[in-house]
Amino acid sequence: MTAREPLLALSGVTLRAAGRTLVENLDLQIRAGERWAVLGPNGAGKSTLLAVLAGARMADAGRVTAAGRPIEGQREDELARLRALVTDRWVDPFKSTVLETVMTARYVFGAGDGADETLALELLAALDCGDLARRDVRQLSRGERQRVAIATALAQTTPAVLLDEPTAHQDPRHQAWVIEYLFAQRERALVSTLHDVNAAVRFATHALLLSGRGSYQLGPAAEVLQAEALSDLFETSITAVEAEGERFFRVHAARR
Amino acid sequence: MKRSSALPLLAFAALASGLLALAAGSVALSPERVLAAVLGQGDAAASDVIWQLRAPRALSAFAVGAALALSGALLQSLLRNPLADPYVLGVSGGAAVAALGAIAAGLGTAVVQGAAALGALATMALLFGLARRALFARNSLQSDQATVAVLLTGVMLAAFAAALLSLALSLAPDTKLRTMVFWLLGDLGGATDARAAVFALAVVAFALVVALVHAPALNLMVRGDLQAYTQGVRVAATRRRLILVSALATGAAVTLAGAVGFVGFVAPHLMRLALGNDQRVLLPASVLAGGTLVVVADTVARTAFAPLQLPVGVLTALIGVPVFLWLLAHR
Repeated sequence: MTAREPLLALSGVTLRAAGRTLVENLDLQIRAGERWAVLGPNGAGKSTLLAVLAGARMADAGRVTAAGRPIEGQREDELARLRALVTDRWVDPFKSTVLETVMTARYVFGAGDGADETLALELLAALDCGDLARRDVRQLSRGERQRVAIATALAQTTPAVLLDEPTAHQDPRHQAWVIEYLFAQRERALVSTLHDVNAAVRFATHALLLSGRGSYQLGPAAEVLQAEALSDLFETSITAVEAEGERFFRVHAARR
Repeated sequence: MKRSSALPLLAFAALASGLLALAAGSVALSPERVLAAVLGQGDAAASDVIWQLRAPRALSAFAVGAALALSGALLQSLLRNPLADPYVLGVSGGAAVAALGAIAAGLGTAVVQGAAALGALATMALLFGLARRALFARNSLQSDQATVAVLLTGVMLAAFAAALLSLALSLAPDTKLRTMVFWLLGDLGGATDARAAVFALAVVAFALVVALVHAPALNLMVRGDLQAYTQGVRVAATRRRLILVSALATGAAVTLAGAVGFVGFVAPHLMRLALGNDQRVLLPASVLAGGTLVVVADTVARTAFAPLQLPVGVLTALIGVPVFLWLLAHR
């Protein structure tokens, strides 16, 4: 596979839910080295889009390809070497250590050995969970559990990683930590839904705005993430401000 | 208990319970006579008692406990619900309806067993037919709807079977009631057919092999279908196969002994508390523990109030509940 060939691609994809058309006729190519921020109001279809990119949900129309081939015909283990997914709905019904949880990502690579465990521990440390490795995963705070979920997805060592609201439960320090760490994953293709527009500015090379009414806008982050487009997207007033030589967005509670 | 030494220890306990079952009874046999008979060098009286009566019954007891415990362990993990037991799929209810029908018609033990097996298989087919959308759908990964749909279908089948059973008990003549109630409580009194016991053990062995092949996948599915799928697990196929072998094992157990209660719930729990939740250890450990529990319970059931024999289902709960509560309090 060449660097220019997309890892994941949508062509003419339409997503519907509960009788509404969320996304219509979407063309999207995701290549290695790109970091996509997906933004949109609640219920716009962001998580649904991630599920479609992961192959866990069929598009209602259009074609989805992974590594150039239709995603619906691909085996689970092939896809598991291509993309990982961080959901925000983790399920922990029985006791399990944090390390065991991260090691589940090594399933397709066969029996876990010492190298796998080293990788898992490194990833936990990189996400500030180094001292949680022996803890029961059910006893973690939501923020800690979410960082363990991110470490688990990265332990799958896939070229593409899909993340659903990876900073939703993080305190300010860990929100910055997670965004910086993901920003540093330059070899991979990342697609992350985000609500914080400033986190999106910090994280993304590209952005996709989903209105939830079928229309969308996508392109390089610097072009797409503009005050006017974001104001229209969220139906509230968003203004750009400069501080410390960087651009920030200020979100207001209503249209002005 | 160390995880590495747990399985040998449990296997030893199972063997010990087997020897106890062979030795204990109305004709008490010394350990030497039991061993001699097992090795084919015993006296005729001891050999007859052991090979004609106690060995088939002990093997049946082990098969019943092993099958129910395996089924319970699989369902608790598949449904991510610690309250699941083999009877939530309705398979035993269907078997019971057919068995009570055969008892009401005045048919013999062998026919009642055959009817129970057919009832179990028919209910399994019904379950897979009614829940086929959930079991075979592609777009079922984002929520746990698929598993819940199968569970709800099974619970409804069980409820319908329970209604039919109540009807059968209401209409049955008094002379048949005791046999029916014993069947419903779980009773090994009729389990003297060695071939039926060996067949049930073969079903359990098959189910355990299938379960162990899928144990690594099940370890991931316990943490959510969507997560397991993205990590490379063939979620839908794994779920179908494990539900199928779970239902088969339950069918084998109820065919031999009726609806023996509690062991399918408590044996996997005991093992989970003691050994953790790695399915590769939990599943074989549950098989050994469940089998041992029913062998011991049945030995007590036929000796404690001899010559009166109790239904083994009463004893499994009487032994299982205190052990479980003790472990829960002292873990």
